[in-house]
Amino acid sequence: MSFETAYSGIGRLDRLSYRDTVVHRLDPRAKVAATSLFVVAVVSFPRYEVLSLLPFFLFPVLIGALGDIPAGFIVKKVVAVSPFAVFVGIFNPLFDPGVVTIAPGVAVSAGWISFASILVKFALTIGAALLLIATTSFPGICRGLRRLGLPALFVSQLLFLYRYLFVLIEEAMRVVRARDMRSFGKRGAGVRVFIRVVGTLFLRTVERAERIYGAMLARGFRGEVPSMRRETLRPSDAFFVLAAGSFFALCRFVPVPQAIGRLVRGFTG
Amino acid sequence: MSHHLLEFKDVRFRYPDGTEALKGITFLITHGESVGIVGANGAGKSTLLLHMNGYLLPTSGFVTVGEVPLRKETRPEIRRKVGVVFQNPDDQLFMPTVFDDVAFGPLNLGLPPDRVRERVHEALRRVNALALVDKPPHHLSGGQKSAVAIATVISMEPDILVMDEPAASLDPKSRRSVIGLLNSFAHSKIVASHDLDLILDVCARCLVIRDGAIVADGPAPEILSDATLLAENNLELPLTLQGRPALEGARR
Repeated sequence: MSFETAYSGIGRLDRLSYRDTVVHRLDPRAKVAATSLFVVAVVSFPRYEVLSLLPFFLFPVLIGALGDIPAGFIVKKVVAVSPFAVFVGIFNPLFDPGVVTIAPGVAVSAGWISFASILVKFALTIGAALLLIATTSFPGICRGLRRLGLPALFVSQLLFLYRYLFVLIEEAMRVVRARDMRSFGKRGAGVRVFIRVVGTLFLRTVERAERIYGAMLARGFRGEVPSMRRETLRPSDAFFVLAAGSFFALCRFVPVPQAIGRLVRGFTG
Repeated sequence: MSHHLLEFKDVRFRYPDGTEALKGITFLITHGESVGIVGANGAGKSTLLLHMNGYLLPTSGFVTVGEVPLRKETRPEIRRKVGVVFQNPDDQLFMPTVFDDVAFGPLNLGLPPDRVRERVHEALRRVNALALVDKPPHHLSGGQKSAVAIATVISMEPDILVMDEPAASLDPKSRRSVIGLLNSFAHSKIVASHDLDLILDVCARCLVIRDGAIVADGPAPEILSDATLLAENNLELPLTLQGRPALEGARR
């Protein structure tokens, strides 16, 4: 993946987060809380669990659909980072040779089950995190974190990171382009040139930081970034967290797929 | 109205590395004046601007804004009176949304939230950028960024507006609207620029700086039509004052 396509991916995620849908309108705190609950619930399942995890897909699917987020975009992003999860679990089938019967007459090694469980948990948690970012503007997430008790200094750092990430990436892109246009073939693209490019970017960043600080001082900055947003949690936000929380609890403690299976069998048998 | 005065008296400034950037600058800008500052690259324009709100303090000499002498302790007061718009809007706009950025100054002045909201809307309305209020700065075009950068300063209602290259790298239409914007302000204005046509359109008076000293100070139309003086300072006649015989020949 080239630098520029990676950048357009981040840019697209950022633009999605400024849409206006039911999900986007929810309070950032509510979404941060629900997503955290979701992650905790998913990760807390034992290692051989696969089937019971499946109902959890309902949450990202619903959020994505209501938030009008293109499913293909999120799936592609999840696949792009999946090698991490594959590496974590790839040796399980070798080291865990126990045999489990998953259906009458079908037996597989326990390692494959735990590998599958890791992949499902990975897809669920990364998908939910991406959807949180795609449906909540980054400043919104930061305000939510601040209201949930994260120290102001960290929040300011995150906000500056967000503000200047795009400026820095564009600057890096210009430097890289200028290098590529004057380096023919392999010459000029080596590590030594790369180190100098990074050095240049670092110096430019320091100078920019100085200019920004000057602009802040010129507008009366005295050490604290002021904010005047006062968001109040609406009933709909509370309902969202409550509904999501109870759904996660239900799926966590009641084996839903098995229950459905038993129900169906009860009817037919 | 003496509180809109800006006076430099024999101001000298030496950078820590020994470079003498200002070598005895003296001038007085009175209420409502619009003054252009021009000069070659490295003549000391930026250093001069950074003295106007106390980002730099003179090595010797005095800067006075209204009745307030510039000293380390008076800087907060000076900064309330003198609003500086820096050249690169990406340096000027550091907050995550346009609203937060325009509100930054007024909030630091300690205004109550209602007043801050009023000021933000008023400032954005004056630069025709009210529709951008909830956008993040990196989603804006160059012209929009420049307009918002000016709004971040006028929301503090300074007595004197100082601008460094307000229309650099803008397309002609955006540049034209910035010029219109500047002309709509009754503030005292100080504009440093290489865009001499802009200075001619916006400023009544013009200072020429060379090697850290003022070499000319007078009515802008007079100074900006002095081809010899301009050439000595790496400048040239504003395009509107230049004939274009070659083009007319081509048309015939």
